[in-house]
Amino acid sequence: MSAPRNCAVLPIAWRPGRFSIAARPRAAAACALLLLLALVLGVAALGMGRGGLTLARIAEIWIGGQAATAGERLLLDIRLPRVLTGLFVGAALGVSGAVFQSLSRNPLGSPDLIGFTTGAATGALLQIVLYGPSITGAALGATAGGLLTAAVVWLLARRHGRLGSQRLVLIGIGAGAMLHAVNGLLLAKGNLDNAILANLWLAGSLNARAWTHAWLAIGAAVVFIPPVLLCARRLAILEMGDDLASQLGVPVEGLRLGMVLCAVMLASLATGAAGPIAFIALAAPQLARRLLDAGGPPVLASAAMGACLVAAADLLGQSQPLELNLPIGKLTGLLGGIYLIWLLTRRRSA
Amino acid sequence: MTSLPPDTLIPTVQAHGLRLANGGHLVCQGLDLAIPRGRITVIVGPNACGKSTLLRALARLLAPEAGQVVLDGKDIRRYGARELATRLGLLPQSPLAPGGIRVAELVARGRHPHQSLWRQWSAEDEAAVRQALIRTRLVELADRPVDALSGGQRQRVWLALALAQDAPLMLLDEPTTYLDIAHQLDMLDLCRRLNRQDGKTLVMVLHDLNQAARYADHIVAMRAGAVEAVGPPAEIIEPELVQRLFGIRSVVIPDPVTGSPLVVPMAGADTHAD
Repeated sequence: MSAPRNCAVLPIAWRPGRFSIAARPRAAAACALLLLLALVLGVAALGMGRGGLTLARIAEIWIGGQAATAGERLLLDIRLPRVLTGLFVGAALGVSGAVFQSLSRNPLGSPDLIGFTTGAATGALLQIVLYGPSITGAALGATAGGLLTAAVVWLLARRHGRLGSQRLVLIGIGAGAMLHAVNGLLLAKGNLDNAILANLWLAGSLNARAWTHAWLAIGAAVVFIPPVLLCARRLAILEMGDDLASQLGVPVEGLRLGMVLCAVMLASLATGAAGPIAFIALAAPQLARRLLDAGGPPVLASAAMGACLVAAADLLGQSQPLELNLPIGKLTGLLGGIYLIWLLTRRRSA
Repeated sequence: MTSLPPDTLIPTVQAHGLRLANGGHLVCQGLDLAIPRGRITVIVGPNACGKSTLLRALARLLAPEAGQVVLDGKDIRRYGARELATRLGLLPQSPLAPGGIRVAELVARGRHPHQSLWRQWSAEDEAAVRQALIRTRLVELADRPVDALSGGQRQRVWLALALAQDAPLMLLDEPTTYLDIAHQLDMLDLCRRLNRQDGKTLVMVLHDLNQAARYADHIVAMRAGAVEAVGPPAEIIEPELVQRLFGIRSVVIPDPVTGSPLVVPMAGADTHAD
């Protein structure tokens, strides 16, 4: 007998000619299921409440070309940007978390814990407090804040020309704590009206999302998720250590720089579009990884899982029996705290 | 022992005038070395003598400050990353197994240099992984999480990854560390089979002089960043060399099992030369 009988973990392949395409049935099924769920949640959000649109009605308007009533058009213009912003912000945060957790080889290495989301918030707050609220301004501020924080943490975490994973997490947490204090200071010092607006923004909300927000989130996802997808296999190899990855032909430093850039942009732009939303970047990759039961960063599954989580949290916050009307950032923060404690106690006992 | 047949004297890796520094600290200077093809070369020497640093430089993981490494007649810097990875594999001292990863999946990652976007999982990839699992006796464990394996099994998994990489030259940095004596011998026997049966050229860093003497065709003895002696174990392992390398007095007798040199240190701290 020459072939192992139990190699279920190896991929199956489709090999036309000299090409070969690998497939992992379980991972593919999980991703398809999550994407479908995200779509269902999105449509459910469109159809919620009084005057909600059914899927059939939406199909009639979009695909059938039927004229929408004025009320329906209004609903679409108010709800669709909200739903799309939620889905794509979730996807962006999920992928950002997957990248950072993979690079730091640590389930706590997510952009909201290592300070990048807080840095993005600082950038947006500065913009709001100093210049007054504007969507593009907040987005630009968030991007600049996130990138700047990432650059500082990156430089501090390097030693002998190499990036230490533990150092990245620890220095990131330190930077996050400092920026959190700066955010508080900005609220206290700024003009009162702007400070109130800034405080609202800081809660992380999908209320009153306009098309600008939606396009920002969609743009971030469309531009920065594909490169991560393409590099997912190399990221998986990098998880085994720099030396092993280098000797397998992975350009370690370049890959790390490129992936950090993508992840920071995703987290910053998502924060610019919806304010700081906790927990998604932390939990989505972990949940996706458990679902896939495969090593390596689950990039696509994290995107779909993040979209599902944000859409579900938004639905939960708005649903009639609960009437929480809680900003989504607060809701995910609440759930995330519980999740984090569970994760930490489980790791200690393991 | 007899000297090496002429064809193996054509070296696979050569180092010329290497000057190596590790984190700003100078490790060696003006180091010359040749690794014979198709043989097991073992690098021995006291802790911190530069063994691992040298191995990393031979694999291009560390850029020399001066000098050059030549692989198969070409400066190692002129190889593409993937091309190099199909000619030379290095197993670092402590690679990291991602949490939850299973044996066959980890071994399959050794195929990375042979893969691309349109060649994701070829028939050769699959055959190489299966073959590597068979050679390292991991077939029965292929579906098990790596975390759940014993130290000896885990070390075999890493060797299988290097094997799946399918490079004719394999550099192993202390492959027997943290293993008990039975698993050390198991590992070294496996390495010898890879050399004798599969024709791999092996370069290993080992701590145990007697194991080195038993398994090596060619020994490189290092101390403080310099090569003290090079050659077949029977020709170079003598009390005088042991004294120079480790500063201990010893007698060298023929190994009653294999006939290779066996270093027996003299007991007691008062035998230390310095």
